[in-house]
Amino acid sequence: MQEVRLEVNGKRISKDVPDQTLLSELLRDILNLTGTHIGCDTSQCGACVVHVDGKSVKSCTVLAADINDSKITTIEGLSQNGKLHPMQEAFKKHHGLQCGFCTPGMVMSAIDLLKNKKNPSDQEIRDWLEGNICRCTGYQNIVAAVKEAANKS
Amino acid sequence: MASMIGSKVERKEDKKFLTGKGRYTADINFANQTYAYFVRSPHARAQIKSVDISKASKSKGVIKILTGEDLANDKIGGLIAGWKIVSQDGKDMKVPPHPPLAKDSVNYVGDHVAVVIAETLEQAKDAADLVNVNYKILKAVVNTSDAMKSEAIYEGIDQNLCFDFGLGDKGKAEEAFSKAEKVVSIDLVNNRLIPNAMEPRASIGDYNPSSEELTLYTTNQNPHLTRLVLSAFNGIAPEHKFRVVAPDVGGGFGSKIYPYAEDAVVAWAAKKIEKPVKWVAERTESFLSDCHGRDHITHAQLALQKDGKITGLKVETIANIGAYASLFATVTPTYLYAPLVLGLYNIPVAFCNVKAVFTNTAPVDAYRGAGRPEATYMIERLIEKAAKELGMDRAEFRVKNFINKFPHQQCLVHNIDSGDYSAHLNKALELSDYKNFEKRKSESASKGKLRGIGFSTYIEACGIAPSAVVMSIGAGVGLWESAEIRFNATGNVSVFTGAHSHGQGHDTTFAQIVSDKLGVALENIELIHGDTDKGPFGMGTYGSRSLAVGGTAIVKACDKIIDKGKKVAAKMLEAKPEEIDFKSGEFVVKNSNKKKTIGEIAFACYLPGQYGEIKSPLPEGVEPGLKETAFYDPINFSFPAGTHICEVEVDPNTGETKVVTYTAVDDFGTVINPMIVEGQVHGGVVQGIGQALYENAHYDKSGQLTTASYMDYAMPRADNFPEFKIAYTSTPATSNPLGVKGCGEAGAIAAPPAVINAVVDAINTEISMPATSEKVWDALQNKKSNREAA
Ligand code: FES
Ligand code: FES
Repeated sequence: MQEVRLEVNGKRISKDVPDQTLLSELLRDILNLTGTHIGCDTSQCGACVVHVDGKSVKSCTVLAADINDSKITTIEGLSQNGKLHPMQEAFKKHHGLQCGFCTPGMVMSAIDLLKNKKNPSDQEIRDWLEGNICRCTGYQNIVAAVKEAANKS
Repeated sequence: MASMIGSKVERKEDKKFLTGKGRYTADINFANQTYAYFVRSPHARAQIKSVDISKASKSKGVIKILTGEDLANDKIGGLIAGWKIVSQDGKDMKVPPHPPLAKDSVNYVGDHVAVVIAETLEQAKDAADLVNVNYKILKAVVNTSDAMKSEAIYEGIDQNLCFDFGLGDKGKAEEAFSKAEKVVSIDLVNNRLIPNAMEPRASIGDYNPSSEELTLYTTNQNPHLTRLVLSAFNGIAPEHKFRVVAPDVGGGFGSKIYPYAEDAVVAWAAKKIEKPVKWVAERTESFLSDCHGRDHITHAQLALQKDGKITGLKVETIANIGAYASLFATVTPTYLYAPLVLGLYNIPVAFCNVKAVFTNTAPVDAYRGAGRPEATYMIERLIEKAAKELGMDRAEFRVKNFINKFPHQQCLVHNIDSGDYSAHLNKALELSDYKNFEKRKSESASKGKLRGIGFSTYIEACGIAPSAVVMSIGAGVGLWESAEIRFNATGNVSVFTGAHSHGQGHDTTFAQIVSDKLGVALENIELIHGDTDKGPFGMGTYGSRSLAVGGTAIVKACDKIIDKGKKVAAKMLEAKPEEIDFKSGEFVVKNSNKKKTIGEIAFACYLPGQYGEIKSPLPEGVEPGLKETAFYDPINFSFPAGTHICEVEVDPNTGETKVVTYTAVDDFGTVINPMIVEGQVHGGVVQGIGQALYENAHYDKSGQLTTASYMDYAMPRADNFPEFKIAYTSTPATSNPLGVKGCGEAGAIAAPPAVINAVVDAINTEISMPATSEKVWDALQNKKSNREAA
């Protein structure tokens, strides 16, 4: 067992977890933050992306005990006082989601893109999201949403 | 209130998904929950000599291990094929038993042998490793083309043949070919695909020993049908003591239509151990055991006059349905495929033969489009080849053969009610700037690239289906849909549908219909689906049926509400019911300003009598309450159609193929929410391009699936595509009051032939799907060496 201390969506937590616990497991199974999804077992799909100290990370690739004292933001922590984050708003406006399963990872990835690049081109958006698979939307409306969020921020 | 039909309304369901509050099956947990892990066959074909669970049973945390033997002892039945197909010789199809846990033999890698239930998932997995199965390995039958020549997998199923189906007039077709001035033929493989909804399958069984009620939470597209099958055929629990809940479901694409072995086992086990049992598929398990799609080999011939008029069509297909006949596995390559081989052309005679074969591979069933993509791929490849061989322009050749009078009775099955095929073709020609293609081709050539253009003018039969028709050709159930509209006393509305939304946006589209019909604001309408304990029995969502069939049931229920409302309003307004008009949420006495809102009427229905201002004695014979149910059985299929045009650029040095432009012009009849419809087109087109260029399920000779992860199975990704150009034409369907035709599958149906026709045009040689860089490069090299040899 290992002690894990983190700040998750602004709240400090500390838990004793088995050594091999992944961040994704900690979030879903122990903290009940089920907005972070698991879509694969080979770190390919991106459904599990969260922010660790502000950077997008596939939470299924990180051991919880390895990132002690980090700040984690999950999809549940994005909206503030009931107001959606501009990226969430843009996804809604442009129909950037259908079944919603890839959405949390998509949104978290896209937010990180805009931190790295203020006004990305279509191709840059597509390249950045290459690690997030969506089976529903065909990506076009996701690209449109990210562009809108870029223009607004 | 402005009409809601045709308006781009943002989705009601988005907020929960965008804030991480979606509730998918894997997100649900119970106190005292146990975890299931399945022991699966590592072999494609083997006899089970023995299953030894003694060591595993003693492993830490293990609660129960169940095998095929236990299942048989409890008389749990097998999974069923829901559609009986009759062979050309009049004999019924042959299907092997499909127990949810194998007892005597395993028949594909991933087949279910035992389930270990433990306190934690880790413990269940550890114990599963200790289950000792003694197999006698047998030679596997893997290839579609060899299946009939191989050793029979099942006793009594010669040549591994499930059925040998024929549709059409063989004699007349032969005659057309004997008189043909030109015959064009083609050989095609429709590659096997893995649906890959992003949410892996999951099921949780929860049994309440005091009420003896069993609940199954599952990733499913039609909970009522799943309950019916698990109850009637598997004998898991009687229907009235069995609730099936399909909560938020992360994509289906057909693969979540059926009750799976895991559903049956988890539900049965939960009842047995009287504790909740949870199973969530790992992605590899999804690859191995979700039903796959497509997998056809086809030889087709077109008979023609010299002037380009088509006079006949012959199609021979071998369809690989995998190891067992899954729920819709037998209808997919027959009635969903064969009638559609005619495309949207006026072909006077045709014959289509389909042989369905068993192999030691995962079961193959409906996948986005189900049969219609296979039919469209065949006819559109053949059409384009014929145009080329005749030296005719591909558009002109199509127009010459388009059906242009409606209704049109096709020579096989369908009676097409409406359409205007030249309209979408012309619009697509314009939008894709077809006339300047040669210019773009030379520009590409100057950069050393080969540019090609490909068309696909498709039709599909949606809105399945008229029950009398489908039951007469073997369906085990009717395919109607239900709806219930409940007005609450305070004026808001709960709408229950038997359709199921797993991305399609029904919460919004269906609410738009109700809002439009009843004049209630969208935010006061709630759609409820996916729970057998809530709404009336419904047939679920697949085959682009939800709106055409389920939407119509909603319209009918609304009409009943309005009828009753008129009676009540008449009484309240001291008029006759026939003097009452209903418009925009108000009941108005003709030629007067006397009126009541629908909210007032609803309130009055719940409070008959006098109360303050409200005086609402119900008319005699009218029951209190305002709630109506309707069942709708469609009178015909609906027939969406469209033209998709694809341009690709091939790099001859690497074989890499890029889709550079893609134009889709579709006729879906009336469109309720264009934003949602456009999303469906995008998603479908990407799945179709995925099939054409990237995706392929591959088994090696021994029957191991070599594409069982996202490292090996190429999923289409954001950077694979340009921005698509989308437009519509519209000829409303005449078979339903909304005029809608269905849009969910169009892209996946239209895209594969458009893309491959473009690749063939670019490289000027045949290529099979997926046209990977390696294959394209090889094809170009072969062409070069053939040329040099000649
Ligand atoms: S779950 Fe697929 S990348 Fe993490
Ligand atoms: S919205 Fe369904 S996977 Fe992206």
